[in-house]
Amino acid sequence: MTEFTSGTLTGKNIHLSFGSNHVLRGIDLHVEKGTTASVIGPSGSGKSTLLRVMNRLIEPDDGDILLDGRSVLKDNPDELRQRIGMVFQQFNLFPHKTVVENVALALRKLKKLGKEEAHTQAMEQLDLVGLKHKADVRPANLSGGQQQRVAIARALAMRPEVMFFDEATSALDPELVKGVLALMADLAKGGMTMVVVTHEMGFSRNVSDSVTFMDGGLVVESGHPDQIFTEPRTERLKSFLSDVL
Amino acid sequence: MDLLDQLAETFLDWGEMAKVIPSLLTVGLPNTLILALASGILGSLLGLMLALMALSRNIVARWAARIYTDLFRGLPAILVILVIGIGLSPIARELTGTRNPYPLGILALTLIAAAYIGEIFRSGIQSVEKGQLEASRALGFSYGSSMRLVVVPQGIRRVLPALVNQFISLLKDSSLVFVLGLAASDREIFRIGNDAMANTGNLSPLVAAGVVYLIMTVPLTHFVNFIDHRLRTGRPEKKEPDELAAPIGKKA
Repeated sequence: MTEFTSGTLTGKNIHLSFGSNHVLRGIDLHVEKGTTASVIGPSGSGKSTLLRVMNRLIEPDDGDILLDGRSVLKDNPDELRQRIGMVFQQFNLFPHKTVVENVALALRKLKKLGKEEAHTQAMEQLDLVGLKHKADVRPANLSGGQQQRVAIARALAMRPEVMFFDEATSALDPELVKGVLALMADLAKGGMTMVVVTHEMGFSRNVSDSVTFMDGGLVVESGHPDQIFTEPRTERLKSFLSDVL
Repeated sequence: MDLLDQLAETFLDWGEMAKVIPSLLTVGLPNTLILALASGILGSLLGLMLALMALSRNIVARWAARIYTDLFRGLPAILVILVIGIGLSPIARELTGTRNPYPLGILALTLIAAAYIGEIFRSGIQSVEKGQLEASRALGFSYGSSMRLVVVPQGIRRVLPALVNQFISLLKDSSLVFVLGLAASDREIFRIGNDAMANTGNLSPLVAAGVVYLIMTVPLTHFVNFIDHRLRTGRPEKKEPDELAAPIGKKA
């Protein structure tokens, strides 16, 4: 894995409501540079929404978001999102473009690289995820696992300081999950700052440096994976773990 | 047998057809194509603008698009062509210096086509999954760039069959400009057939004109079915199993 110039990400007292629905009720999340934070919790607990607020796909109602100690709420949100890569449950590759074009698009249009240079860098990223040989096919001709690896390459190509994974393996067939998780673990080892929303308790326990358990728009419990998985303090976390493990 | 002979003479008089075919092909066909292509292209541009307005967050733009679409979809084409072709002709004469009714005919056809094409584009753009916009924005693209690079191209691709259908309908509706009065060299397919019929009292020239339309529209109709099928099922490419992920899965 290449070296990453990763950053430290902090969310402070984040609130978000959709009408009368209070989705995030004061979330604190701190991810130290080069570490991986996993966020677990039942469906509808606000995990995925939290990611979208932290890269300002959705603007928070209250609270602050800091990258390397500096608030980013007043920055141009498009520039902020160039610094935070995101990988989605449904991959969301651009179906009208080839695999390599998917990776090169933002390099050309946002980083303003020339066609050749963007292509070269995109191929390097594809090589990294083991899919260089698929550069010229359309995403529809790839398996789910391959598509998700391309999506990871697309995000990494922008050389982000932080990577978000939103249930990146939930839509994959079981036999394809491990390939993607292995790649994510590689990134974590390589020193990428990562926030991983996941239902994969094995990954959360073995790869992440901290675990945050959310329910009902609140952080119920957070800490080191060993503590979270072996000595849960709250009843809510205990019952969640007994349901999923 | 008399009756059949009479019918054949009325509709299939080869002599009359032969007389009209040269001007159908050298005058009528190019003129019909000019009308249909020009209003098709301009209508697509205006239609795309209408679609983007209809989908915009600006309520004024949305309403303007809505009213425009209701208006031009709700009126008979011949009425729009007459009102614009005659009503605006003094202005057009001053601007272009000619009495040629084509600019106004094309304008009227464009305005009508744009209303339909706008709806076609809107449905196409709306059918693109929300995740596409989200993924593009997450990479750092602005809303405008995301629409331009990611969402709109996919939306347009999906509605290509409907667009070709709209073009077929323009080919036929272009015949309606005859109501504006056309000089001999401006006549399109229908008018040439119609004039020849009026002069001879025989319907065969109109039958010949109809055949020229069919030669264009029938292949286009089948072309629509072809691209529709292709868009639905995708290009026949070979799908391979996931060679890399599968072994990782087995090993562990």
